[in-house]
Amino acid sequence: MKVMVSVKRVVDYNVRIQVKGDGSGVNLDGVKMSMNPFDEIAMEQAVQMKDAGTAEEVIAVTIGPAKAEEQLRSALAFGADRAIHVKTDEEIQPLTAARILAKLFEKEQPKVLLTGKQAIDDDANQTGQMTAALLDLPQATFASAIEFDGDKAKVTREVDSGLETIEVDLPAVITTDLRLNEPRYLKLPDIMKAKKKPIDAMSVEDLGIEEAVKLNVTKTAPPPEREPGVMVEDVNELVSKMKDKGLV
Amino acid sequence: MIRDQNTLNGILEAVSRFVRERLVPAEAEVAEQDAIPDDIVADMRSLGLFGLSIPEEYGGMGLTLEEELEVIIRLAHASPVFRSLVGTNNGIGSKAILYSGNEDQKQRYLPPMARGELIGSFALTEPEAGSDAASLKTRAIRHGDVYVVNGGKRYISNAPQAGVFTLMARTDPDEPGAAGVSCFAVDADLDGITLGKPDRKMGMAGSHTCDVIFQDCRVPAGALLGSEGEGIRIAMQVLDRGRLMVAAASVGAAERLLRDSLRYAEERRQFGKPIAEQQLVQAMLADARAESYAARSMTLDAARRYDEGLPVTTDAACCKLFASEMVGRVADRAVQIHGGAGYMRDYRVEQFYRDVRLFRLFEGTSQIQQLVIARNLRKEAAW
Ligand SMILES: Cc1cc2nc3c(=O)[nH]c(=O)nc-3n(C[C@H](O)[C@H](O)[C@H](O)COP(=O)(O)OP(=O)(O)OC[C@H]3O[C@@H](n4cnc5c(N)ncnc54)[C@H](O)[C@@H]3O)c2cc1C
Repeated sequence: MKVMVSVKRVVDYNVRIQVKGDGSGVNLDGVKMSMNPFDEIAMEQAVQMKDAGTAEEVIAVTIGPAKAEEQLRSALAFGADRAIHVKTDEEIQPLTAARILAKLFEKEQPKVLLTGKQAIDDDANQTGQMTAALLDLPQATFASAIEFDGDKAKVTREVDSGLETIEVDLPAVITTDLRLNEPRYLKLPDIMKAKKKPIDAMSVEDLGIEEAVKLNVTKTAPPPEREPGVMVEDVNELVSKMKDKGLV
Repeated sequence: MIRDQNTLNGILEAVSRFVRERLVPAEAEVAEQDAIPDDIVADMRSLGLFGLSIPEEYGGMGLTLEEELEVIIRLAHASPVFRSLVGTNNGIGSKAILYSGNEDQKQRYLPPMARGELIGSFALTEPEAGSDAASLKTRAIRHGDVYVVNGGKRYISNAPQAGVFTLMARTDPDEPGAAGVSCFAVDADLDGITLGKPDRKMGMAGSHTCDVIFQDCRVPAGALLGSEGEGIRIAMQVLDRGRLMVAAASVGAAERLLRDSLRYAEERRQFGKPIAEQQLVQAMLADARAESYAARSMTLDAARRYDEGLPVTTDAACCKLFASEMVGRVADRAVQIHGGAGYMRDYRVEQFYRDVRLFRLFEGTSQIQQLVIARNLRKEAAW
């Protein structure tokens, strides 16, 4: 089958995020950027399917600035056969991303679209769901296990109450959760080979997509600083301290 | 060859991630067990770390020296033993074959070395020939279609794992100097080769050296690299490059020592504040940063000129001298910043302090680098 994976360029998970002084967002100057870790899990799933012979072709897709080519090259080093880069310098919101992915899905006709359950930059957790809705396709989100069987996929989902296993007809949209797999280390020679694989670049306008109504970010603030803790001698002191604070 | 910044960034990022997630967490175990676990060695192989500098037509990545040293600096952010494991295949254990071997020899040895399945070692030093390598006594005397080799080599890195030795031996017993020495690629499983017990070293636990003893070892004449009498010239060509590798390993270790020291200085509180706020501690951190940056810059500069085909013998000696002495000072300050904790095995600076002591000794001691630099200065002087 043909598998499409969408990957996003985000601030690396190791970076200590700094909020801009005027609260208009976070500082991205000179900050290290990487592939969204949940999308890496989606990539790993796709290349495992390729290794196992269930997938014949893996296409990686990204929407983002020229520099997002780095993340596409990583996807190609993972083992994607080719890539599509929808170039834009605008910040892309979930609905716009979903419209773009739906358009590409219609064009490429994959059996499955795999993507991370959310991106670690704004944690929206919407794009996969919206894409499925626009395409009127089944969706299986938060996947921690996926089994393909003919025209169906059995997906174990991580939900608040535990694990839920559902069966979806293909084509479908599947979003990946943390425990689905452990992404491989990219092999250095594969990184070199990725340079020669094709990337098809286009603009949002080329796809005839209208940007969704803007969500406006009104304020960005760092989480409150943690107050230092206190050591207590025994349980009695703990209970009385908690009472003082009105916690019990 | 990469010659493309994006791809190089991808490679450096992949190496850094592997170092951070896989190698650094294993450091204490490696030091304790005096061995790198098999699964880590396997991962290092599959990552491609053994074939960095071996050309692509022989299954390696064919990195330029500058690119390779960028990788080595990242790799050296973890314990020096990891670099040492891949060091001989990328450096002194493969380069004589690459530079002076014929096509058959290259096809036979380089692809398995690039895959990390075959380990190459470099056997020059002897009990009585260290700095004065050209006085070596091991003999290889031609009898028909074999050379019969007798003699002993000392402190040979990765010899316990080696599948092939780059051996320097005297083919002309009447010529006591460099001109009587030739270079061979010798299979380690030949009859007449025995290994000494692994040396009990000050540091570098997890990396092994030992004696290699040749007793009437019949080496096929086809194992000769280049022509008879070229041995020392080949060895020196290999070492020029090797010295820049040691310089890069020194830079990587210094950067790691500085990072550990900075973190410790921020966390350790005395006199009511982090010791990093004490100016005398800041001076040690600042000196370490300035010196490691200088060593990094000169090393990459020499590598760029090497890649352009310019002669770098003097500069490579400068880099090896400065960088290895620099990391000695940085390691000393790192222990100092850690205070008593820096003397304890629980902290990696204690281990690095012992490990990096080696860099001033092998592949030419600091004094030998000074001699090389001064000799070339005088030779090239023009006024
Ligand atoms: C861990 C380790 C790994 C090694 N790996 C290898 C390897 O893989 N292959 C290999 O062939 N060798 C290897 N060596 C050997 C190493 O290269 C030699 O130890 C080194 O070249 C120094 O030689 P030496 O030990 O005989 O010291 P010596 O030559 O005896 O030197 C002793 C001291 O005298 C000084 N000295 C000597 N001559 C002069 C001079 N003319 N002027 C001023 N000072 C001088 C030296 O600088 C040094 O301070 C390794 C050594 C170690 C410790």
